[in-house]
Amino acid sequence: MRPKALALGCAALATAVVLSGCGSDTAGGGKTKLTIGLFGNFGYAELLKEYASTHPDVEITDRTASYSDHHKNLAAHLATNSGAADIEAVDTGYVNQFKATPDKFVDLNTKGGTELKDRWLPWKWEGSLSKDGKQIGYGTDVGGLAICYRRDLLQNAGLPADRDQLAALWPTWQEFMAAGKKFQEKAPEGVKWFDGGPSVLNAIVGQASVGYYDKSDKIVVGENKEIKAGWDLVVDGVQAGLSSKLLYSTPVWNTGFKQGQFATVTCPAWQMAKIKDQAGPEAAGKWDVTSVPGGGGNWGGSYLTVPKAGKNVDKAVELAAWLTAPEQQAKVFKSSGLLPSIPKLYDDPSIVDYKNPYFNDAPIGKLFTDAAKKLNPQYQGPKAGDIQTAIGNAMQRVEQGKQNGEDSWRQFVGDVQK
Amino acid sequence: MTLIDRRVVDRAARRHRWDTRFAPYGYVAPYFLIFGVFGLFPLLYTIWVSLQERNLLDENAAHLVWLDNYTLLLADPYFWNAMGNTMSLWLLTTVPQILFALGIAALLNRKVRTRTLFRMGVILPNITSVAAVTIIFAQLFGRDFGLVNWVLELFGAGQIDWQAGTATSHVAIAVMVVWRWTGYHALIFLASMQAISPSLYEAATLDGASGWQQFWRITVPLLRPQIIFTTIIATTGNMRLLAEPLLFNPGAAAATGGSDRQFQTAALYLYEQGFTKYDFGYSSAIAVVLAIATIIVAGLGYLVTKRIQTE
Repeated sequence: MRPKALALGCAALATAVVLSGCGSDTAGGGKTKLTIGLFGNFGYAELLKEYASTHPDVEITDRTASYSDHHKNLAAHLATNSGAADIEAVDTGYVNQFKATPDKFVDLNTKGGTELKDRWLPWKWEGSLSKDGKQIGYGTDVGGLAICYRRDLLQNAGLPADRDQLAALWPTWQEFMAAGKKFQEKAPEGVKWFDGGPSVLNAIVGQASVGYYDKSDKIVVGENKEIKAGWDLVVDGVQAGLSSKLLYSTPVWNTGFKQGQFATVTCPAWQMAKIKDQAGPEAAGKWDVTSVPGGGGNWGGSYLTVPKAGKNVDKAVELAAWLTAPEQQAKVFKSSGLLPSIPKLYDDPSIVDYKNPYFNDAPIGKLFTDAAKKLNPQYQGPKAGDIQTAIGNAMQRVEQGKQNGEDSWRQFVGDVQK
Repeated sequence: MTLIDRRVVDRAARRHRWDTRFAPYGYVAPYFLIFGVFGLFPLLYTIWVSLQERNLLDENAAHLVWLDNYTLLLADPYFWNAMGNTMSLWLLTTVPQILFALGIAALLNRKVRTRTLFRMGVILPNITSVAAVTIIFAQLFGRDFGLVNWVLELFGAGQIDWQAGTATSHVAIAVMVVWRWTGYHALIFLASMQAISPSLYEAATLDGASGWQQFWRITVPLLRPQIIFTTIIATTGNMRLLAEPLLFNPGAAAATGGSDRQFQTAALYLYEQGFTKYDFGYSSAIAVVLAIATIIVAGLGYLVTKRIQTE
């Protein structure tokens, strides 16, 4: 009995080892199997079906994880040169860390990237370009800024619900906060003006001419008066009780949409897909979009990279180029609201005239292409994503009453200088 | 006896000798082989990496810095903060786990109806996925719509922002761990309780000892080996809590364990350094120091539980 069981166990172990060792790069019928690793909502479901129907030799599986899980798994997979998908999405917050080791990725410049280069906004192209000129990813979207707001909540508190009136009401963040104080006087209990300090602050940082780094990769956020002024303004808003104190992209923040805990949220274009997912169909028409205070800026946006360890690199590059091509980016904008990183689309009437029915027919085409044209590219240093996390934590310390604004700022500056 | 016969017998005897001498090594070899590949090698490799300055993604640029990572680490306030949280959580998880497990085992050792059902029930939390448990507990301990706060409000206590405070976050995480592991320890205790001879209890009853006295004077002392075992097992588990603090606060800032690192354990700090800052050498050094700390704490646990009186 025993030896037999042992033998069976060994056989099972051996089979498992062999199976995991081989992997399966070709599916049945000689199809090339491609995997694509995503996070959040890229709006690719329909596109992948379309690609598979025109490319019968390719079978695509997509796997989607949360933002931080996705990037941490990717780092682990790259470190061990195994397990990464054929195409991996990388967010702006992480692309600088990944492009510091460009050899983990296929240099798209050697795979026809140089001919495609002019498709993208120049700063988007440079965002994923390594110091030695290797291109690790094709740009997907950019995070042009707007404000998404709940029409009903604003109206009930005696504020205008019309997007043009609101845009006129808050040309600057100071006026945005002043409107919030007015809102808060009449707001029902448990409803706040904005979702959380960190997301407002991220928008303000995205608008600054210099962010966390100067162009020589030196961390300058400690001396950056523009960002400190934004910090002080948000701290003031938090202390005036305008914040729901929910950190963006967390489960409690998702619940906040369902429960209607906040009236406004800073809205990079990709945020619209999240709002639609979280607030659900029952909130259709309640949300609307208007222009952001303070001018053009960017928060987020992503790239599609092709890890070098993949087995079907050429097919993967082809798919990545197709997904980021102008036609596909235009489709994604209409289905999910992700703002294209392709400047020629900003004058394309099918984009400019696009209105989103979920957001009360807001003219998001006009709104976001205007925002994109105003957008002042800001240099992103190697650990911009880390610093964004640290400043979010710092703001949360103020929201949770653990520290005052000055102490928390000082701790943040000390943390990032390390 | 012919020459041929002797040779056959000799060969058989020799084979028998070799068999008894070497076969045991053959039998245990698979364990040591697997331990070598999955246990010893990673351990030694971690020590090797901890002596290097090494980016997670760039092994080619790695270079030896010997003990630099350790000198940095010992002067790093966030590391000591994480070690403090680790010790606090160790205490808050291990002690209640053992005490509750003893109590539950004593209850299950009685003649109650549907005993098997209860016995199987206590192990259920343990076979539930840690991620699922943590996500659900994180909701229970939610600030605005959590069940725990709802109950507290019924009793007139205000809302608690469980994640914001050091003590509150530690309590919430400890509850998850205790809930998951108490049943497992209880079953171990129960198995040995059933091996205790009933005559001991009969004699004690005749001498007039109460149930409470019998529990502390007979049951607990006789369970000493099991208590030592579970303390060490619980210590090694609770000193490297990662999933609970990580998933308690999901989102981009998950690895920092709260806005002020108030519930960042040493294992989570290791994770932050390794997988968000890609400092592979430094995070390996944390792993080594954490392993040493775990051995020390498990040793302390052993010394304490060994003092349980057996007489």
